[in-house]
Amino acid sequence: MSASAHARLAHHFDSYEQQRESASLGMWTFLLTEIMFFGGLFMAYILYRWWYPLEFMAGSRSLDIVLGTVNTGILIGSSFTMALAVRSAQLDRSRRTVFFLLATIVLGAAFLGIKAVEYHDKFLHHHVPGQPGFHLAGAPSQAHGQMFFVLYFAMTGLHALHMIVGAGLLGVMTWMAARGRFSAENHNAIECSGLYWHFVDIVWIFLFPLLYLVGRHG
Amino acid sequence: MSGPSVHVVPVRTYFLIFLTLLAMTALTTAAAFVDMGPFGNVVAMAIASFKATLVVLFFMHVRYSTRLTSLVVTAGLFWLVILVALTLADYFTRGWLGVPGR
Repeated sequence: MSASAHARLAHHFDSYEQQRESASLGMWTFLLTEIMFFGGLFMAYILYRWWYPLEFMAGSRSLDIVLGTVNTGILIGSSFTMALAVRSAQLDRSRRTVFFLLATIVLGAAFLGIKAVEYHDKFLHHHVPGQPGFHLAGAPSQAHGQMFFVLYFAMTGLHALHMIVGAGLLGVMTWMAARGRFSAENHNAIECSGLYWHFVDIVWIFLFPLLYLVGRHG
Repeated sequence: MSGPSVHVVPVRTYFLIFLTLLAMTALTTAAAFVDMGPFGNVVAMAIASFKATLVVLFFMHVRYSTRLTSLVVTAGLFWLVILVALTLADYFTRGWLGVPGR
C-alpha cells in the first residue's frame, strides 16, 4: 500500500476501508437529519398547496421558468464536476482535483447569482410577503398568495444557505487538494463534502418542479 | 462488499448520468406545459424521484457502498414518509367527526 505522508490511518480503525466506510456512514447520518430539516418545509408546502391551489398556481406562473430551468442545469453540472473532483482525489491527481473543485465553486456561484437576480425581481414586482403593495396577479386571495412566497423564500433561502456553506467547504477542500492531502487510501474529507453538495442538488431537484412548474398549462 | 481498494467509477458513467439528468430536466419542464389533470403532479414527482435516485446511486456512490449505507439511506426516506403520512392523516380526517363546541 503506497500511503502518502498524509494518508493516515487513525489508530481506532483496522483498515483504510473501514475508516472510509465509517466516514461516509457518519456523513449519511448527518444528511438524514438534513432530510428531516427540509422535510418540515416540504410538509408545510404540501398542506398549503392543498388548501390554496389557485394561489399556488398563480405564484408558480409568476416565477421565471427560463431562469429556473437554466439554474437546474447549472446545479446538475456542478454535481457532475463535484463527482469528477472526488474521482480525481481517489486517483491521487491533485491538480485535476483542484480544477474540478474550482469548477464546482464557479457553477455554484453562478447558481447563487441567478438566484439573486430572481430575488431582486421579486422585490421589483411586489412579490415579497409583507411588502407594502404586495400583489399577485391571478390570485383570488392576496393573503394566500403571500403564503406561496413565504414558502418560496423559506425553501429557496434555506437551500441557498446550504449552497453558501457548501461552497465554503469546497474552498477548504481546494486548499487541501492543492497541498496533496488526498490519496486513494484517504480522501474521506472530499468524499463527505461531495455527499453534502449532491444532497443540496437533490433538494433543488424537488424544489424546481414544486415551485416553478405548477399550473403552467392552460 | 467492495475490496480493500476504493471503487473508482469510470468518467463515462458519470457523463451518462449527467446527460440523463439534463434530459430529465428538459422533459419535466416540457411536461409541465401539457395538461394531464391531476397526473401532472405524479409525472413531475416521478421524474424528480428518478433524478434523485440517479444522484444517490452514482454521484453519491451508494450503488458501490456497503448494504449498511443503503439501509441508512432507506431508513431516512422511511422517516420522511412517516412525517408526511402521519401529518396528512391528521389534517385529512379533521372534518370527519363533529367536535362539540366547534
